[in-house]
Amino acid sequence: MKKLLIINLLCALSFIAFAQETSKEEVVHSKENSNCFSCHGSPTYTYYNDVVERDITKRMNPYFLIDSVLYYDQNHKSFECIDCHAYEFKTFPHDNTLRMEPMPSCLDCHEGDDATAMYNFEVINDEFHESVHSTKHSDEFTCWMCHNPHSYKINASNNSNIRETIIYDNNICLSCHADINKYQLISGNTKPNVIDKHDWLPNQISHFASVRCIECHTHVSDEALVAHHIQTKDKAVKKCVECHSSNATLMTSLYRFQAQENRRKYGFFNAAILEDSYMIGANRNLYLNILSAIIFGSVFFVILIHTLLRILLK
Amino acid sequence: MTKPMYLYPLWVRLWHLANALMCLALIITGLSLQYSSIEYTMIPFNYAISVHNISGIILCVGYVFFLFANRFTSNGHYYQFHLKGMLSRVLKQARYYSFGIFKHEQPPFPVKVGRKFNPLQKISYVFVMYIFMPFILISGIALFFPDLLPDKIFGIGGIHFIDLIHIISGFILSIFMVVHIYFCTIGKTPLSNFKSMVNGWH
Repeated sequence: MKKLLIINLLCALSFIAFAQETSKEEVVHSKENSNCFSCHGSPTYTYYNDVVERDITKRMNPYFLIDSVLYYDQNHKSFECIDCHAYEFKTFPHDNTLRMEPMPSCLDCHEGDDATAMYNFEVINDEFHESVHSTKHSDEFTCWMCHNPHSYKINASNNSNIRETIIYDNNICLSCHADINKYQLISGNTKPNVIDKHDWLPNQISHFASVRCIECHTHVSDEALVAHHIQTKDKAVKKCVECHSSNATLMTSLYRFQAQENRRKYGFFNAAILEDSYMIGANRNLYLNILSAIIFGSVFFVILIHTLLRILLK
Repeated sequence: MTKPMYLYPLWVRLWHLANALMCLALIITGLSLQYSSIEYTMIPFNYAISVHNISGIILCVGYVFFLFANRFTSNGHYYQFHLKGMLSRVLKQARYYSFGIFKHEQPPFPVKVGRKFNPLQKISYVFVMYIFMPFILISGIALFFPDLLPDKIFGIGGIHFIDLIHIISGFILSIFMVVHIYFCTIGKTPLSNFKSMVNGWH
């Protein structure tokens, strides 16, 4: 009886483990969503026009086009479209009044949400409203500008590949700051040139490939897991030592999700950075420091003794 | 009383002076960069980088000049040595510095026109100028172009690997500089060798 219980328990555990493993891989495809994607997932859509009694093919408005591949690889992939959009959208042709439907904001769902409490959306919202994006632009600048809920995927806390995280997150900034058409939707500036603006920064390519824009352009606080207080350019980090030192601020932003033990490994300070990059000043080694101090001390000691003997035995 | 010898021509003295000043600037700024801190700033990071880079370029130019000058003047002969009996000559000189000097013995390899360096000096200068200087200069040049370095070298980050070579070479050269300056005080008077490097006469 006891053996049977253990076998049942092991079977149950392996089933749970298997289920968890498969659930990671599994991408939920809602049947309801498939109906939506049949039009909104393609540059063209076809419908039967009762008046002319034939199929009509039209181009989909690019702003209403949703990439289904990206959709099923993002944070809200398990959602049905009508979880956020009006139920009436299930009917085609859509009612014209549905165009007036307001876009949901992040806080509509995430405020007070236990499942996402660790991200502290309320603080993120406060930080965003203090940010240059919110204060310098109209209410049209919403979370959606950077975090399109149809495609946005959390990277820093989920992806162990820091380089991928950097590229993904920087592309969010560059989608406006390197695209004149999108940039001018909210700014009068006619020439956003990220490269020129960072002329003062040595080794631009290395810096852009090794850190995210937000590392220098946000005010990092302990309250928000990811800083959203994007500051004006005059407040951006310009002091090299803020990263190039043993207490590098990068460890509280880009590398905050890396294991604590990586802060010092094999004697290297901020060892987590070493996995992807190397920073003068930040990645000094404790053991080499001690060894070099011992060697230098010994040399000076021998010189001192030699000098004293030369003087005494003159 | 030995007759004064003109051992250090003007180009050697100028090169040596430039070399010494640049090495000093590189050591100080290098230490400042390696141990940069928000709280305790020795030299502002961006300023230290600029001085380090400029000094490094001057040191490189000086090194190339040194190689050519040694190749095409008689100064290069001072850096040549025969391996046979080298160890015993080095040990003999080391023994003199360790014991003989305190017993007021005569140096085993006194300076003369054809022998500017004793065996210990010769071997240490050869190691410094022909092994560690190329290491530090080449790794320094490589660090000028971090974007071109391979991502990994022998399993560790490319920049990390090159920087380790640079820092270890820099450390060894710093030790050499300290010992070199001290040994220069071992002359007729503690300052006589320094004066020789100013006026050229030994």
